[in-house]
This record gives sequence, C-alpha cells and structure tokens, in this order.
Amino acid sequence: MYLNQFLLLAAILFCIGVYGVLARKNGVLVLMSIELILNAVNINLVAFGAYWNANDNTNVSGQVFALFVIAVAAAEVGVGLALVLLIYRNRQSIDIDDVDMLKG
Amino acid sequence: MFNMIDKVWIIPALMASSFLVILFFGKRWGTRATAGIGIAAVSICLMLSVIVAGNWISRVNHPPAGAALAAEVLQANGLTPQTGENIAGEVNAETHDSGETVAAGSHSSTSEATTEASASEHGGEHESVPPVVRTVTWFQIGGMEFEMGTLVDGLAAMMLITVCIISLLVHIYSTEYLHGDVRFTHYYAFLSLFTASMLFYVLSSNTLQMLVGWELVGVCSFGLIGHWWEEKKNTDAALKAFLTNRVGDIGLILGVIITFFAAGGTSFNVLHINEYALSQGANTTLLLLGALCLFGGVTSKSGQFPLHTWLPDAMAGPTPVSALIHAATMVVAGVYLIARLYAVFFSGLAIGSSTFHYVAFIGGFTTIIGGLLAFVQTDLKKVLAYSTISQLGYMVMALGVGAWTAGVFHLFTHAFFKACLFLGAGSVSHACHHTFDMREMGGLRKKMPVTHATFLIATLALAGIFPLAGFWSKDEILAGSASGQDNAYTIMLIFGLITAFLTAAYMGRAYWMTFWGDYRGHAKPHESPKVITVPLMILAGCAVVLGFTNFPKSFFGFKLPGSFTTRFEHFVEPTFAFPPIQHAPFTPWLAIASTILAAGGLFVAYQYFEKNRGPHGLTSRNKVAMAGYTFLENKYYLDELYTGVIAGSTKGPLARAANWFNQNILDGIINGIGLGARKIAAVVYVVADQLIIDGAVNGSGQGSEGAGQLLRKIQTGKVQQYASILFAGAVVLAGVLVFVV
Repeated sequence: MYLNQFLLLAAILFCIGVYGVLARKNGVLVLMSIELILNAVNINLVAFGAYWNANDNTNVSGQVFALFVIAVAAAEVGVGLALVLLIYRNRQSIDIDDVDMLKG
Repeated sequence: MFNMIDKVWIIPALMASSFLVILFFGKRWGTRATAGIGIAAVSICLMLSVIVAGNWISRVNHPPAGAALAAEVLQANGLTPQTGENIAGEVNAETHDSGETVAAGSHSSTSEATTEASASEHGGEHESVPPVVRTVTWFQIGGMEFEMGTLVDGLAAMMLITVCIISLLVHIYSTEYLHGDVRFTHYYAFLSLFTASMLFYVLSSNTLQMLVGWELVGVCSFGLIGHWWEEKKNTDAALKAFLTNRVGDIGLILGVIITFFAAGGTSFNVLHINEYALSQGANTTLLLLGALCLFGGVTSKSGQFPLHTWLPDAMAGPTPVSALIHAATMVVAGVYLIARLYAVFFSGLAIGSSTFHYVAFIGGFTTIIGGLLAFVQTDLKKVLAYSTISQLGYMVMALGVGAWTAGVFHLFTHAFFKACLFLGAGSVSHACHHTFDMREMGGLRKKMPVTHATFLIATLALAGIFPLAGFWSKDEILAGSASGQDNAYTIMLIFGLITAFLTAAYMGRAYWMTFWGDYRGHAKPHESPKVITVPLMILAGCAVVLGFTNFPKSFFGFKLPGSFTTRFEHFVEPTFAFPPIQHAPFTPWLAIASTILAAGGLFVAYQYFEKNRGPHGLTSRNKVAMAGYTFLENKYYLDELYTGVIAGSTKGPLARAANWFNQNILDGIINGIGLGARKIAAVVYVVADQLIIDGAVNGSGQGSEGAGQLLRKIQTGKVQQYASILFAGAVVLAGVLVFVV
C-alpha cells in the first residue's frame, strides 16, 4: 500500500480549504472550507492508521480518531451556522469582512 | 475502709472543681446553690480527710516491714537504688534503737509483734514509718525530671482535718454572716480556692510544689481581705498583706533554691532534702543559709517580727475569712513549712546543741511584742489578730527550741480556739451593727448567752487554763523550752512565761470589755441564729477536748495506760527523715507556774477593766508610761519605718533618679532614634521611593502602553487576516521543523 496518494490528496484538500478560509467573503463558505481542512486531517489519520497497523486488523485507532473529529466538526458547524444565521439577522449580510467590531 | 492515702490528690482537686463550678455557675444558680456546692465539697473533703487519717493511724499501728518497706521507701523517694539501700539500712538501724532485738533485715511476723509491743511500751518510741508518697512527672527540662505528688504522713493528715473542719464551719457560718452580700458567689469561690490551695500546700511532696501552694494561698488571702474593695482601707490592707508577703516570698524562693542545690541539685523532694540535711556530710553552712532564707518566708506568712504588720490590717476582710485565713490555716503555712523541712532547720541552726539561735529568738520575741500590742487595741478583731501573731510566735519558738511536737500540737489546738474566738467576734459584731469597737460593746453576756459561753471557753483555752486545749499545748512548749535538747533555751522560756501572763491579761481585757459591764453601743444586740452559734459550739467543744489528744505520760504522777497518752505525738510526729529529738516530759512546776501566771493575768484584767482598780490614768500622769503607750499604739513605729523611712527614703531619690534617667537617657535614646529615623526617611524618600520605585512603576506603565500601541495595529478585527497570520505562522513553524530541526 502506498501512503503517498492519500497524503497528496489530503494536502490538496487542505490547501483548497485554506484558500477557502482566507479568500472567501461568504461566512457559510468559510465554514465549509474549514470542513475541508478537517476532512484532509481525517484522511491523514485514517491513512496513517491503516499504514502503521497494516498487519493488525483489530487496531482501528486512526479511524476512531477520524470519527471523533467528525463528531466535533459536526458540533462546530452547528455553532458556526448558528452564528452566521444570527449575524445575518442583525446585519442582513454574511460578509465576514463587515464583522470587524473587535478592531483595536 | 478503703485506702484513701494513695488517692489523696482527690481532696484538693475536689475543692478546686468546687471553685470552678462556683465561678462559672454561681451567679446563675443563685446564692443558696453556691453555698450548697461549697459546703458539700468541704464536707466530702472532711470525710475523705478523716479516712486518710484513719489509713495513717492503721499504718502507724501496722507499719510495713522488711523488703516491702525498703521497696516502698525507694518508690516514695524516687531516688537512685544505692541511696535507697542506705535509707533501708537506716530504717533497720532505727528499728534497732527502738528497744528490742530484731534480726536486721529479717522482719518476721513475730519480730514485728515484739517491736509493736515495745512501741506501745515505750509510748512515743515507735518504728520508723515512712510517709506515703505518690508522684507523677510534672515536667522535664534539661535532662531533669520534676515531679509533683502527694506526701501523706501524720502531719499532713492532721493539717487536712484541721483545714477541712475549720473551712467547713466557716462555709456554714458565712451563709448567714454574708447573707445578701454583693459578691456572695465571688466570696464562696475564693473560699473554695483558698481551701483547695491550702490542702494542695499541705499535701505537697516537694518544695517547688509547696511554693506554688504557698503563692496560691497568698493570692486567695489578697482576694478575700479585699473582699469589700469599695473602701480604700480594705484594698490597702489587701495590698499590704500581699506586698509584705512578697518580701518574705523572696526568702522562700531563695531557700527552696538553696536547699535544692545543697541536697545535690537532683530533687526538690522534701524527704530527699530532709535526708540530706540529716546525713553525715551535710554542708551545715549552706543549710543554715537555706533555713534562714526559708525563715524569711515564714516571717512574712506566719506574721513573725518584723514582717507581722500586715496581719492586723488583714482584719479588714470579712470575719469568717479572718477565722479561716488569719487564725487557723493560712498563717500556719509558715509554721508548717518549718515543721515539714524540720531537718533543714534542725541541722542548719544546730537546734539540738545551741542555747540561742535566730528562729527561736524571733519566735519568742514575736510572742511578746504581739501580746503587748494586743493591749492597746480597741478593735476586738485586732486584739485577736495580735494574739494570733503572739501565738504563732509561740509555735515558731517551740519549733526553734526543738519541741517539734509541742509546736505542731499548739498549731492544732490554737486553730480551733482561735477560729472560735474570731467567729465569736463576728457573731458579736453581727449583733452590734457591724462594729468591732469594744468601747461600743459591753454587757453582751446576758443578750448573747451562747456566744458568750463559747467565747469564754475559747478565751480560757487561749489563756491556757486547765484542762482546756491551750493548757496542754502551751505547757508542752514551755517544758520544751525548759529542757530543750542538749541545752535549755532559758531566754525562750522566760519569753514564754511572760507571754502566758500577757495572753491571759489581754484576753481578759477583751472578754470583760465585750461581755461585762453595761452596754455602751446604740444597737439592740440579740443572739445570733443557729447557723452562727452551732459552729461556735462545735469549735468550743473542740477547744475543750482536743488537748487530751496529747495527754502527758505522767501528769502529777497520774498515769493513764500507754495507749491513751501522747497519741498526738505518736501519730503525728514523723519518724522518717526526721531529726532525733528528745521529748520534754511533763514538768509539774512549769505547769503550775504557767497556770498561776495565766490566772494572774485574768485576775489583773478583771481588777483593772471590770472593777476599775489599779493605776488608771497612769498614761496621762507618768511620762514613761505615756511614752510606752504611744510606742505601743504606734505599733513600735514599724509601719512608719516601712512606709516613711524605707519607702520614703527610697521613693524621693529613686523618683528623682528615675526622672533624670527618663529625661536624659531614655528621652535621648528615643529622640535620637526619632531624629535618625527622620533623616534616613528623607534619604529613602528621594532615592528609593522617587527614583527607584516610582521609576520602575512609571517605566513599566509606559512600556506596556507603547507595546499596546504597537500591537493594536495588528488587531484589525478581520477574521481572515487573523487566519492568514495563523497559517503563516504555521508555515514558518513547519519550515523550522522540517529544515532546521
């Protein structure tokens, strides 16, 4: 089994995610990009888990970590979307460039 | 009968707890409960004391023998084994002396029986019975163990009973005498504490503990003399008593220290010290010094010349207190001290082989000066107070001339009739508007028959009229002075005989002035209630019978069986660690002479004060008599000497010196310190405060402001900018991890 393909895929996904987070103005899209980053990490976790435990089918710690990340990501998205929704209600906009009230 | 002698500590502990209960709950529970607690506690103590005395009597009758005795001595003394064996050896040796041949070291039951038989045959000459000593460790310091514990022998048992009986009667008497007093509970609390202290004192097994009891007794007397402290004269009297006693207490402390080091510096144990004092190589110079220092304590506590001046003033306290403290128990603490550490005095002052020494002389001198002063008093209680001084002098003199038993016996009998006189005086005053002035009394014999009868009995007992208690004890003292040990103490005998006359005369004066003639006061005297008269009757009864407890072996040729004579001597006189004193036999000519003198004294007083015969008005006609009277009235100018000369002469220069010291040295130091502090403060203000501390504080403030100004530029509020910084940082870190590390 080759690890490279998985790591390459994860790196590409990560970079797309980072780009999305940094470049997009739409709050929902920023959240979606964060999901991409997390999923890139998930791929890495599962790939490394499968790689290091290729001879031991009972050890699924990589997969279990991925499942944890998914669960936490779900919660995070829930909170994030609620924030976006509230921002929209207050400002009729979800452009995160407008949300700079903490400017020093 | 169970063995109380081991658990004798319960007795003072009981009184102490009574004190605490009264102190904490007395006010809440009321006066009846307060008095009840006190009386109940003393009654129990009295019963326990009687049991202790019973235990002791059976111990004297059946002394522990042989190995048991040696072991007990060891345990009692807490000494090293070698010393213990020596003591056991001595005990055996003494047993030898007691008359019969007893195989040394093997006391079989038969030999014991022989010894006992010989003991009863010889009367006082009985086996050596060691006191019962029970100790626990008090504290340890510098590798030395200090013990506290109880020592019971005949002397302690006798004191226990005396203190308890008189305390009990005083407790009962006070319920009426102090009825409705403002500080009733306070009074009863102090009575309990006083009794506890005195019991603690007489049971002490070592001198350090005696010192504690001694001081406790002093504090209680201070509190009780100043009971009515609203009047300045009472607080003054209390202070005077306390301060005068302090003077003597220094002597006592020094004496305790000296005897401690003299006896090897290992133990304060009374028996140990006495053992040392009687041993062959004892340092008599050191013992003399110790005895004289201890006698300083006795001088103040037992009212010996020249520190007796507090005692008459102490009559400012309530009368039952005077009876308890200043007649029967506390003032005899000093006499008890001599009796307890008798070996120290015996060896130190060479009592056996001298004809004159300080203690005996002071005792004898005190009897005379106390007796003379009693004549010029118009206050009934003060007459009794001076009489107490005089009688205490008698006891000290007796101990001084080697008549140990006589002195202690006089202590015992005197306690009862003097308490009776004091309580009688209280009863009289109770009837006469609380006055003690004999010029406002007179003719009370018909109005207060019970008080009169008891007072008369006690007066006769004090005067030493046959067959009342005082006769026997006084006579023993005189006989002791006449025969002494190796030499007779002739001067003391003369002092004693003069005092026998004086005592009778001043007591006669007080008696006739109070109870005969016409009533001169303004109150309506009436007999006191039963609460007052019953204690008086009990004490008067004691004054009649107690003299027979030491009935002489041969009284004008009249001989009682051996088991009836000299019982007091047999049971009370220590036989262990006690100097080998000789007992003066009953001396008929002395008994007759002293009785004639006493009767003469009473007769003179009767003629002079009742029949108005004799040289009345002599003091206004004759200059010498006048001078003598003034001299007496001013109490030999001792008070003036103390307050005027000694205190006055030290007060002025001392005050000036103190002022100079204050102004120049103390103020100089303080001002210098102040100025220096100000100068230092100025420097500190400029350098440390302004420069360093303010600089640091301001600098840090400015620094953080600048940093904030810089950092606020980054704080844009734009989430994506933060994110880009985050990622940039991550990239840098990744680069560092990959390429550098």
